[in-house]
Amino acid sequence: MAEEYKSIKEEIHLPYKWALGPVFTKFFENFKEKKIMGTKCPKCHRVLIPARRFCPRCFVDTDEWVQVSNEGTVRTWSLVNFEYSGQVKKPPYVQGLIDLDGADTALAHFIGGIDLSDLEKVPEQVKIGMRVKARWKENREGNILDIEYFEPKEEL
Amino acid sequence: MTDRVGIVAVAQIGHDYAVDKNLREICYEVTKDILSQVEMEREDLGTIISSSSDHWQGISCSNSYYYEAIGAYLKNSSKAPEDSAFAFLYGMMRIMTGHFDTALVHAVTKGSEIPGVSTLTNLYADPFIQRPVGLDDVSTAALQAVEYMDRYKITEEHAAKVVAKNRGNGLNNPYALKERVSVEDVLKSQIMAYPLKKLDCAPSSDGTCALLLASEEKTRELTDNPVWIKGIGWEVDHTYFGDRDLLNGSLRKAAKRAYNMAGIEPKEIDVAEICEPYSFQELLWCEQLGFCPEGKGGKLIDEGVTEMSGELPVNPSGGVLSNNPYVARGLFRIVEGALQVMGKAGKRQVPDVETALAHSTHGFAGQLHSVIILEG
Repeated sequence: MAEEYKSIKEEIHLPYKWALGPVFTKFFENFKEKKIMGTKCPKCHRVLIPARRFCPRCFVDTDEWVQVSNEGTVRTWSLVNFEYSGQVKKPPYVQGLIDLDGADTALAHFIGGIDLSDLEKVPEQVKIGMRVKARWKENREGNILDIEYFEPKEEL
Repeated sequence: MTDRVGIVAVAQIGHDYAVDKNLREICYEVTKDILSQVEMEREDLGTIISSSSDHWQGISCSNSYYYEAIGAYLKNSSKAPEDSAFAFLYGMMRIMTGHFDTALVHAVTKGSEIPGVSTLTNLYADPFIQRPVGLDDVSTAALQAVEYMDRYKITEEHAAKVVAKNRGNGLNNPYALKERVSVEDVLKSQIMAYPLKKLDCAPSSDGTCALLLASEEKTRELTDNPVWIKGIGWEVDHTYFGDRDLLNGSLRKAAKRAYNMAGIEPKEIDVAEICEPYSFQELLWCEQLGFCPEGKGGKLIDEGVTEMSGELPVNPSGGVLSNNPYVARGLFRIVEGALQVMGKAGKRQVPDVETALAHSTHGFAGQLHSVIILEG
């Protein structure tokens, strides 16, 4: 029999503070007015979400702020059903990539307003191509979670 | 300057042996294994490159804890963090400078000692946009899987067949997880992030591996069974997940570079060791490596092409689904590819291997890819 070797335990807590900078500050300030603003590349003309200082492909300054829609289309989605330490939300929850109308890149966020009582039935409710709209928090603080989630848009 | 760089010797230590050992001890043992194979002393080693990660070890400057254990005391040593395939490329380049005629390349992760994959990879996401919405290794792979399955009618059964194949192959690998699973077992396992079930996701393993690279002249001096690096390529995709095309990322470009450099076509590959932390990714990566047409990954596994008995065995070692020491897993693929070319892969040996392909990936859903082509 092998000997039983021992181990030690430690938890490390490290405080950080990150500067938003001018572009993210403006991006999130607009959230308080329920507005999602992207920045446009003068070269490839893409509207980039999240807003950013430069186009990563053309490597030039973006030169225009453009408001995009609070509504969009689900590019892909997933149902998260496992727990881990440090997780931002208690599972189960649905995540997705949303192509907002007027934007050329998708935004990763939560998809809410879905009945999660039977997980087997979630794929019947959430589909690629589904139309969704932002559901804003009542008290908005200027961060990505001012959008609580994107919820299915009732099509008339 | 050397024209060619060869792999002279390889060594690895798997989860079961490593789990209750101190990290320095396993690093020392794997290094001693290499030195004894080539009858070299520590003093004879040219340069030493290691791969590990501060977050994946819980010790900042991760290599400073164990660098003497890999023979690097008072030597020219450096680290390539996060993806160990980069340590391999760094070691190769150091030899090509002409400053060194040998390079020990090493990688280590002890998955049993650290927070889980999701906890650590949620920290890969930026704290402004993507971390607060919970992007991590598993959920981003699931977002990719849903899109892949929707576009090309790949099924959960196709993905489960990859797990059954690789876990079956792993039974022949002394360093891998040894527990056969069936397609049924995979489909019945708990949903982690739809459509990924628990068994679609790689475990978190302990492991270390190393290989000795040498200049052409030194390679011939040290071994009569050399493996030559014929082609390399690597590419990286966007930071923001929503900027990417998840089904057409950087792998095709990385593979093209490697094939062009080697002067070969994908059909000339005899065996591939590819990095598939999530079952369906083996199918997607096979398409992008040119082993089958776009969208035909499901057909590839259905027809048994990538089985041990198939035309192009993929992951005879059991792959990452059978052994996932996170940072080290890319170098493990290269070590396994080299063993196949040497004809020293034991029970997992594919007959008559002349050319092997090794692949490594890192970041969310294949943000970074490396492709390495090896020949005898």
